[in-house]
Amino acid sequence: MSDDLHTPIPGATTERVFHAIGFLALLLPLLVLFVLFAGVLTDAWPRLGWGFLTGIPSRRPELAGIFPALVGSAYLMTLTAVIAVPIGIGAAIYLEEYARPGALTSLIEVNIANLAGVPSILYGLLGLEVFVRVLHLGRSLLAGALTLSLLLLPMVIMTSREALRTVPHALREACYGLGADRFRMLRLVILPMSLPGMISGIILALARAIGETAPLLTLGALTYVAFVPDSVRSAFSALPLQIFGWISRPQAGFHESAAAGIVVLLALMLFMNGIALWLRARLQRRTHG
Amino acid sequence: MKPDLARDLRRPSAPSERAAKLVFSLCAAVSLLTTLGIVAVLLQQTLGFLQAVSLRQIFADVWWTPRFAEPRFGIWPLVCGTLLTTAIAMIVAIPLGLLAAIYLSELAGPRQRRLLKPLLELLAGVPTLVYGYFALTLVTPALQRVLPGLSSFNALSAGAVMGLMILPLVASLSEAALHAVPMSLREASYALGVRKLPTLFHVVIPSAFSGIAAAVLLGVSRAIGETMVVTIAAGQQPQLTLDPRVSIETMTSYIAQVSLGDTPTGTLEYKTVFAVGLCLFTMTLVLNVLSYRLRRHLRRGERA
Repeated sequence: MSDDLHTPIPGATTERVFHAIGFLALLLPLLVLFVLFAGVLTDAWPRLGWGFLTGIPSRRPELAGIFPALVGSAYLMTLTAVIAVPIGIGAAIYLEEYARPGALTSLIEVNIANLAGVPSILYGLLGLEVFVRVLHLGRSLLAGALTLSLLLLPMVIMTSREALRTVPHALREACYGLGADRFRMLRLVILPMSLPGMISGIILALARAIGETAPLLTLGALTYVAFVPDSVRSAFSALPLQIFGWISRPQAGFHESAAAGIVVLLALMLFMNGIALWLRARLQRRTHG
Repeated sequence: MKPDLARDLRRPSAPSERAAKLVFSLCAAVSLLTTLGIVAVLLQQTLGFLQAVSLRQIFADVWWTPRFAEPRFGIWPLVCGTLLTTAIAMIVAIPLGLLAAIYLSELAGPRQRRLLKPLLELLAGVPTLVYGYFALTLVTPALQRVLPGLSSFNALSAGAVMGLMILPLVASLSEAALHAVPMSLREASYALGVRKLPTLFHVVIPSAFSGIAAAVLLGVSRAIGETMVVTIAAGQQPQLTLDPRVSIETMTSYIAQVSLGDTPTGTLEYKTVFAVGLCLFTMTLVLNVLSYRLRRHLRRGERA
């Protein structure tokens, strides 16, 4: 090949400059975030420790702990997963495997796309009226979990549909060829194959939900709870609510507690994201191999 | 494959087949019920609100003071606060998000993309409460050193941090749109002797335009509905101003603020929250539906 192709042509400098600008645009937010994370960690450092994780909230910032909020968040997430995951997977199966294209199906699809973009605080208003007032659940764990479930549902449905779509069509035809009915095919072949993909998507959705503050705030969940919830009807606090409670206080000591809470929250979120990524990587290796 | 799988699959059709379809369709119906529920709850309370307050009081007044002894219900200060923080957020998110998308889709090597894309997605997973803390305790004090008139609650740092938060959404959706542009278009352009940058600006970006517009609209919708950053960092003072240095109140932070107090059910103040919620829902619904239309257009183009 001729060397002409390698000699610089006018315009090459602009290209290089643009390349650099693009790279900076990508790096800048990552860098800013890194600095902010470092800032939070410095704020949180004096407070982080076993006592913080196992302590209860206190009027005195240096004694404050997050145990009730941590347990509240764990219960909330478990309940939410128990409610949202079966419904979400069921809806995804309906849309991918049963629904015929038509007005109703496309209405459901537009609706799900729109629900995914409804501000989360409006889910809080829905939960407040329907679960707290009409169904008389009170400001309980159950009301909180139901509200978060509705919030998560669009995300669970979308990731489950993606997972169902990765199962090759030939497998479905093979099942029908053997004389299987649709439900049996789903139960014995399609679901087991798409489950790892679904789980990785669901973990990501739960990682998002664990930081949701606005709907719980609107629901009237508490930012100061000194006890561990004992039933689904019990009042509760959650990690982000506890942090919000601390941020809203003027004393500087509580800002340290808030920073420490944020470090715990981010650690949980990163841990869940890590599991989801690991699952996805394992899955890719399996389908390629 | 298990040897008995074929036998299991071949068993005669069970009544479970029809029951299964029913159960699955009920699951899908939950999503429709959720939307209906949100609309019904917001409308019902808003109608109650409108019985006490006329539309003129809402749209012709410039003061929002529902908790005063002589309450006034002009919605404009809340709308103005919302639009101000949204505008600041988009000034940050649109250029940076688009450049990041262009870089990831067109300029980065496969190794860079594999590393940078998950990092960017991680940014989108950081809880909004955490961004609120950043804005209040780290960004505002830093900005106050440069801008002496900046109040400790202000629209500027809330909006800027919100922009940082929305950036990954704009970037990843735009990147998908750029990625969907067929390679043959680029190759045709190169074959005509057009260099990479003109190809990018005259061929690739125009082809991906509807997808990019969808990403921007969704970003705006997200900024309008975002609650925690503005509640924590922008303050609670509804005023009709375009000055980003002072404290304002957005629609979402008003809802959050009233929820924090113990407002008795059925009072006018309780109902205002739902009226503001309906306003918020309508604004985001329009943006979401527009964005969905544009994205569907994109997917159809990809198949052709």
